[in-house]
Amino acid sequence: MKPQACVNIHKEWDIVGARQLGREMAKDLGFGTVDQARIATAVSELARNIYLYAEQGQICFEIIDTIERRGLCMIAVDSGPGIADISQVMQDGFTTSGGLGAGLPGVKRLMDEFDIRSEVGEGTKIKATKWIR
Amino acid sequence: MRIPILKLHNYLLISIQTEIDDQTAIQFQEDLLDKIHKSGASGVVIDLTSVEIIDSFIAKVLGDVVSMSDLMGAKVVLTGIQPAVAMTLIDLGIHLKNVPTALDLEQGLIKLQQELGV
Repeated sequence: MKPQACVNIHKEWDIVGARQLGREMAKDLGFGTVDQARIATAVSELARNIYLYAEQGQICFEIIDTIERRGLCMIAVDSGPGIADISQVMQDGFTTSGGLGAGLPGVKRLMDEFDIRSEVGEGTKIKATKWIR
Repeated sequence: MRIPILKLHNYLLISIQTEIDDQTAIQFQEDLLDKIHKSGASGVVIDLTSVEIIDSFIAKVLGDVVSMSDLMGAKVVLTGIQPAVAMTLIDLGIHLKNVPTALDLEQGLIKLQQELGV
């Protein structure tokens, strides 16, 4: 069984709650301060995207602990409007909300693995993993 | 939650000590501009020593408040950005160009004095 924790995102303060949980789990797992900041920031970006575009959703954290490697995986799921053109949202500077457009391409750079699936009208699922070096 | 803004001679000093949520950040932006207007301060130091995370939203608010204060005629210096925060910001692709920074509060005040030619 995998240890898991989830945060529901439906109000603005949940963004803070999600990133605090992400940071705590990263710290407990033994990530250094820089990677803790990277993970917390990535959680913050994903949680904000849910809040801004889908209004509600969930972020789950999963500890991966195998003989080969250890890491933290986060899965952000929402049933919002979905993303029509994924390559567009993965470009630096692209935004529909007046933000910096750093969110998703930023999360990809902050984490080691990044996977995004989205269906218009169905929702979006993003999975991102950071490994302990 | 409100971030306290202290006045020292013609400077305003802010030390952000709490976890900043979006609402607090926006409120701070308004409070700071209002305080600049009312106090006639010519320089502002925002110390970020205790801030453990700056995401793209907080970065935008901070960058904006520097430009807004500049429009009003007050110079802002950001100080004390932690190594982990600096690394994360660059990973995010946020370079905060045109934003004056300094290592700590002391260096920040020196920078302000230079910029203002006092």
